[in-house]
Amino acid sequence: MQENRIFGINGPVITIKGHTDLQMMETVYVGDKRLIGEVIKVDSNATTVQVYEETTSLRPGEPVVSTGLPLSVTLGPGIIGNIFDGIERPLTDMRDRFGAFIGRGADFDSLNGDRKYQVTFLVGKGDKVSGGDVFAECPETPVIKHRAMIPQGISGEITEISGNGEYTVNDVIAKLRDSDGNTVELKLSQKWPIRTPRAVKRRMPANKPLITGQRVIDSVFPIAKGGAAAIPGGFGTGKTMTQHQLAKWCDADIIIYVGCGERGNEMTQVLNEFSEITDPKTGRPLLDRTVLIANTSNMPVAAREASIYTGITIAEYYRDMGYHTALMADSTSRWAEALREISGRLEEMPADEGFPAYLPSRLSEFYERSGYVENLNGTEGSISLIGAVSPQGSDFSEPVTQNTKRFTRVFWALDKSLAYARHYPAINWNNSYSEYINDLSDWYRDNVSADFMKCRDEICALLLEENSLMEIVKLIGADVLPDDQKLVIEIARVIRVGFLQQNAFHKDDTFVPIDKQYRMMDVILHLYKLAGEAVERQIPISKITSTGIFDRLVQMKYDIPNDRPEMFDELKNEIDLILNGILR
Amino acid sequence: MIIKHLKLSQINGSLVVLDDVKDASNEEIVLLKVEDGTRRMGRIVKIDGERITVQVFEGTRGLSMSNAEATLTGKPMEIALSPEILGRTFDGLGRPIDGLGEIYPEELRDVNGSPINPVSRVYPQNFIQTGISSIDALATLIRGQKLPIFSGSGMKHNELAVQLVQQSTISDSGDFAIVFAAMGVKNDVAMFFKNSFREANVMDRVVMLLNLANDPIIERIMTPRCALTIAEYLAFTLGKHVLVIMTDMTSYCEALREYSSSKGEIPGRKGFPGYLYSDLASLYERAGMIEGAEGSVTQIPILTMPNDDITHPIPDLTGYITEGQIVLDRGLDYKGVYPPISVLPSLSRLMKDGIGEGYTREDHSTLANQLLSTYAKVQDAKALASVIGEDELSREDKLLLGFGKLFDERFLNQGYTENRSIDETLDLGWELLSTLPRNMLDRVDDKTIEKYYKKAEETAV
Repeated sequence: MQENRIFGINGPVITIKGHTDLQMMETVYVGDKRLIGEVIKVDSNATTVQVYEETTSLRPGEPVVSTGLPLSVTLGPGIIGNIFDGIERPLTDMRDRFGAFIGRGADFDSLNGDRKYQVTFLVGKGDKVSGGDVFAECPETPVIKHRAMIPQGISGEITEISGNGEYTVNDVIAKLRDSDGNTVELKLSQKWPIRTPRAVKRRMPANKPLITGQRVIDSVFPIAKGGAAAIPGGFGTGKTMTQHQLAKWCDADIIIYVGCGERGNEMTQVLNEFSEITDPKTGRPLLDRTVLIANTSNMPVAAREASIYTGITIAEYYRDMGYHTALMADSTSRWAEALREISGRLEEMPADEGFPAYLPSRLSEFYERSGYVENLNGTEGSISLIGAVSPQGSDFSEPVTQNTKRFTRVFWALDKSLAYARHYPAINWNNSYSEYINDLSDWYRDNVSADFMKCRDEICALLLEENSLMEIVKLIGADVLPDDQKLVIEIARVIRVGFLQQNAFHKDDTFVPIDKQYRMMDVILHLYKLAGEAVERQIPISKITSTGIFDRLVQMKYDIPNDRPEMFDELKNEIDLILNGILR
Repeated sequence: MIIKHLKLSQINGSLVVLDDVKDASNEEIVLLKVEDGTRRMGRIVKIDGERITVQVFEGTRGLSMSNAEATLTGKPMEIALSPEILGRTFDGLGRPIDGLGEIYPEELRDVNGSPINPVSRVYPQNFIQTGISSIDALATLIRGQKLPIFSGSGMKHNELAVQLVQQSTISDSGDFAIVFAAMGVKNDVAMFFKNSFREANVMDRVVMLLNLANDPIIERIMTPRCALTIAEYLAFTLGKHVLVIMTDMTSYCEALREYSSSKGEIPGRKGFPGYLYSDLASLYERAGMIEGAEGSVTQIPILTMPNDDITHPIPDLTGYITEGQIVLDRGLDYKGVYPPISVLPSLSRLMKDGIGEGYTREDHSTLANQLLSTYAKVQDAKALASVIGEDELSREDKLLLGFGKLFDERFLNQGYTENRSIDETLDLGWELLSTLPRNMLDRVDDKTIEKYYKKAEETAV
């Protein structure tokens, strides 16, 4: 085979002169240090490679070694609970080899080859299997059972099988013969190219909500399991906090958290917190259901570009086993900037704000890998995608926000002024939206309450009305408003402070079950109804507010524990008593 | 390998192109000898076979194709490190300029550094008391944090930085050091810092790197890298708690823009290169603490927002990388409030885990929340008052205005040398909140109110 040598170097991009037989998107080892790179442009005069590591001290003339494979990740037990860099190298192993600072030229096994798993086979000799079928399973963490699948695209008859027992990810544990008579070795692990979506049998409608325990999300702007959401917000508006809250509490089976070009300390925090916090459903640390991918802002930019594909490929793999997965990408803007940076080095013609023209297509490809599907093996699984967007200058008209908006159906717009007033989550109810409302309304009707959607719509209407009233109040003050409008402002305050605002550091308030969310809305609307009747009878609003009942409702999120729903009935009775007292 | 006597074949801005160079390596340092006897230093930024592009730190003025000779050193940019760098002054490239001779190196380090592995980081949680109420209470500084000051020309960011240095109890053991990197600041500013360090009697713990306004612009790109390499050495090798002050990041970014455009790169927003975010991150992310090392690197970068615009790419991208920001406000500055910290947009992301019981005081986070949300309402009341007049305001709004005034005058405002302990600061906060009736404090639970609200009432009597 012809030997390829470096010709040019420009930042993370290197070129090889002349005709090569490298394939597009193939992984290569660059230079004497064997840095990992990927072929991104092939031309009869030159081949261009982007390098996933620092290129300092690289020289022209050093070899570029072909692997013949596209950039792939290893999929198998041992992924969960681990922390990887953007191209699935385990960061703990890197620490053990290099110390606290990340070195270069490291070729690591993604999965620990020494750890043994207790494997139970689900197929026998002579069984006919095809791609996606589960042939064995093993406990990966105390809460996740790993289902080893026949690699996609392979089918045949099982010819050989090892007995149940302990095996590593590299042991050959079964063999099959395909239709051409070739023997294929099966292991617990398999490889998959990150830029290729894994196949599914069919897509299904997304009509179950992803319950997050966050009131403004579940009750007002819900996301479906298998849905895609965007969280745009300027710095300091709480994108990362919101992502962390979702990662901690959403009811997906497996969380993949991709720290893409963000702060190192944040990843450390996630790592610490997730090993400390126990999952209320399983009683085990959250890390037992979490995969972390950390490519912080100072790690090489090309690996940042790859990190979200690595994340989504892992999500697809677990979805294929029949799990509901959720992927948080913080932040997709940094990924888009990585695209821009590499595109600039390739001297491509820029489109909007220097971003390459293929930004929208790359974004849509990524978000379309979410979905609620029936897998090849007949199980159901889903990937919910939640991407944070960091718009430059908090300007939502910039290209990444705009294009993300086109391919996601939920938009949680974070607002600077809410964040300044320490109203968290700072999701602005006036310009956020969820297109899943209609798809999910049946679920809410069947599983929470028949009038859940009615309550939700009323709450939204009140907020909208308050918004227009505030325009007047800003000009002439609240005193001149008639009492029924003052009541709207009062009740909207209860909704904003008592309902939408949620304290992530309070033990009860950090996660609120959907039933309690409904009851809170119900109580607020109950007060609004009775107070409205009182106002109609010419009773001044000040008389109602002076009873302190509005403030009681603001505090109910703290006063009523999550496991005492009957206290809402008591609260309702109390409202009846107070209002009847006034009317009498 | 050292290769000598290469002729230039093209000069463009700060870049020179050399042809027929064999065996150059990326980011290698190139020495240029000019006929008049001066020497300049450059760095390889692009290689195309045997044609290399070199960025000359000192600029290309006076260079011609025939009067200069290049030598490849075979090494990337390295800086000499040893414990004796403390107390010394260097130029923007880390060369001594205080006339005390060269540094005898204990080790040489590549100034580009390497990223810290996230699993090796220690999550910063140790509170640093700065003695400045608005920072301690509302945007608490944590050891190992990167907390920039967003300022504008003419505001008192330098005074604030000096006060931070003088009052910060950055270390309990007393083993601390300060690395001061000046990028494109005026001579007077550098003098001011120098004198202040001298007055505070910390000069023997300070390392200064000066690239002043009249120094070569391209050199400026290396200045923070040298400073941070020194800081990492002091912190992680010698185990000191290091405070790095970098001023002015705006000049740094402008230098980067100049370099990028002379290289013919495709510009992003406002002409800044598309990789400005990654570049800034490679500096700011060098703050922190790591497992197994005693010391810490805390960064306070200072930047002047062009036209006081916080959405300008420089403050914008900085805010996305750093763990919060301290924003100075021109309006407060005009009113004579010092430090003129605008508390609403100011933020410390690491604060939530470094305050409260065991760190500062149990009521800290409640108080901070309440102060900020009340102060946000003061702004609404002010806006309303400017339309309908103060007299027409409701009683509540009037109380809010009173609170706002007290807050500016007593809480924000403090002297250049006034050093308030955290207890004093928190008590002052409660005292101000006690001017408002209980029902206006919606972020505080009854238990806390009982303990602190009344207490303040009593002291008021």
